[in-house]
Amino acid sequence: MASPGEVLVKMENVCKSFGHVNVLRNVNFEIGYNEVVGLLGDNGAGKSTLIKILTGVHTSDKGSIYWKGKKLVNYSVAKARDLGIETVFQERALSEQHSLWRNVFMGRESTDRWGFINVQKEKEETQRIMRDYMGFTSSALTTEAVVGTMSGGEKQGVAIARALHFQADLIVLDEPTTGLSLSETRKVLGFVEDIKKRGKACIFITHNIYHVYPVAERIVVLDRGTVVGQFAKADVTLEELVDRLYLVARTGSLNGKSANSSSSESDEGEGGQGQDRQCEMP
Amino acid sequence: MESNTLRESKTQISVSVVFLAILLLFIIGNPATFLSMRIYYSFMVSVPFFAIMALSLTLIVICGEIDLSFPAIMGFSGFIFTTVFHFSGSVGFALLLCILAGLGAGLLNGLLIVKLQLPSLVTTLGTQFFWTGVTMVLSGGLGKTLVPTRESVLYNMLVGRIGGIIPVQILWMVFFAVILWVVLNRHRFGAHIYFTGDNPASARVMGVNINRVKTIVFTQMGAFAAFAGVLSSLEVVYFWPTLGQGYLLRTIAAVFLGGTPVEGGIGTIYGTFIGALIIGKLEAGIIAMGMHGFWTQLIYGLIVVVSIAMHSILRRR
Repeated sequence: MASPGEVLVKMENVCKSFGHVNVLRNVNFEIGYNEVVGLLGDNGAGKSTLIKILTGVHTSDKGSIYWKGKKLVNYSVAKARDLGIETVFQERALSEQHSLWRNVFMGRESTDRWGFINVQKEKEETQRIMRDYMGFTSSALTTEAVVGTMSGGEKQGVAIARALHFQADLIVLDEPTTGLSLSETRKVLGFVEDIKKRGKACIFITHNIYHVYPVAERIVVLDRGTVVGQFAKADVTLEELVDRLYLVARTGSLNGKSANSSSSESDEGEGGQGQDRQCEMP
Repeated sequence: MESNTLRESKTQISVSVVFLAILLLFIIGNPATFLSMRIYYSFMVSVPFFAIMALSLTLIVICGEIDLSFPAIMGFSGFIFTTVFHFSGSVGFALLLCILAGLGAGLLNGLLIVKLQLPSLVTTLGTQFFWTGVTMVLSGGLGKTLVPTRESVLYNMLVGRIGGIIPVQILWMVFFAVILWVVLNRHRFGAHIYFTGDNPASARVMGVNINRVKTIVFTQMGAFAAFAGVLSSLEVVYFWPTLGQGYLLRTIAAVFLGGTPVEGGIGTIYGTFIGALIIGKLEAGIIAMGMHGFWTQLIYGLIVVVSIAMHSILRRR
């Protein structure tokens, strides 16, 4: 667990609702420098929404985000990327009718000050990224390849390599293994280990504990819009974790009581503070 | 693995083949007409009016949107041009205000579509009636002469004849094609147009300001429509309040003939350029081949449908 001096991102009492649905209720979440955190939860737990707030796609109704101790204001996608937060979205955020090199630099074109793209440079960089980050040495895959014609694993590789390339401090992977074959999943997990080795932090969002457990150092469990527990991997075995997740799925809380009636969390759980306080509707 | 350049060139080759095939057909059908330069000079007079708008419209279609209001903006801007010219006597000043009027009308489209999240088809259908109405009300349905503009330098720069033969407007058409090609293929804004059209959700999360992109593409359409309105009014040195009518379908047809799909995301300036040349020569060509003018629409229709089917099949392979 990151100690206060080492916190990279801190999200404090974040609330978000869409219409009458409270998607996030006073969520507290933090991640340290060079830490890999698994964000776990069922479909609809609010994982993607939390990440979209962290990356500036959505604004929160309430709560604050701190980056390296500084509170973020007027937050946007462009600002998040400038800070060094790169996201690999569940839908991969690729432009499938366009070439690999165009996709790598999507929204971040390498231009002169008049906005003209240095095509040669972008293609060369893409070539390098394919070799260094993605391990694509196949001659069949060129920088001109249309992304829509690539396999699911290759697409995920492009999305992750793109994130690694831009020297981000924090890389967010939203369900990176969904819809991938076994070997492709292994490759993606390799990418995550690579992120750690390169000294960067990573949030790995998934509903599959078996994918995240081997690579994460800490696991945060989100359920129905609140953080119901956090575990350092050192403290809990995979089997124990699976048992507890079943408990959460059944009761909405780690101690087996209904989440609505319980305000105190079990000793492992830290994320529960303040969660009894309901977010007000905006 | 299919490459992007390969796919683009397939479309560009196919539209070029259609162009050459039709040309060949016309030459065989009426060699006297199509082997002399005269008819080509006359194409150079008339094609740029809608080709310039088709080039500009390509950006909107790539964005996954459509504009039906540019003929009305053309008419409205032409009215502004004529009125300002009659008040001030300055072609330059009239041109400036006319372009501004076009920009304003285009911006209005953009804002309605982006801020109110209205579908562009319906919005521009509405603004099309609106600007036609404004032009009719303000002009009282009456035309006005532009003969005095002939004295100006700008007249010769816009619709003069190089060496007394080649219409200057063809150079404007080529010039704008080059500019828009550079923007689309070499500028960040062009890349953002493609991303917005291909997958707006992805573009947004990757930091592309899709609302700004859409607003700008509709705004530039207004400016190009205004410019085309000035060219076509100056060519006949008369402003007709019905200016723009008859341009809608052939302009849109040029874009689709050129291989830009209605769903957007891809498309080329080269394709539209050739598409406009095809549309431009059809009418004269059909008549020159000795067929009745009634046949033009039928043949237009055939060529448009066949070309679009061809592009679609090529893309899927």
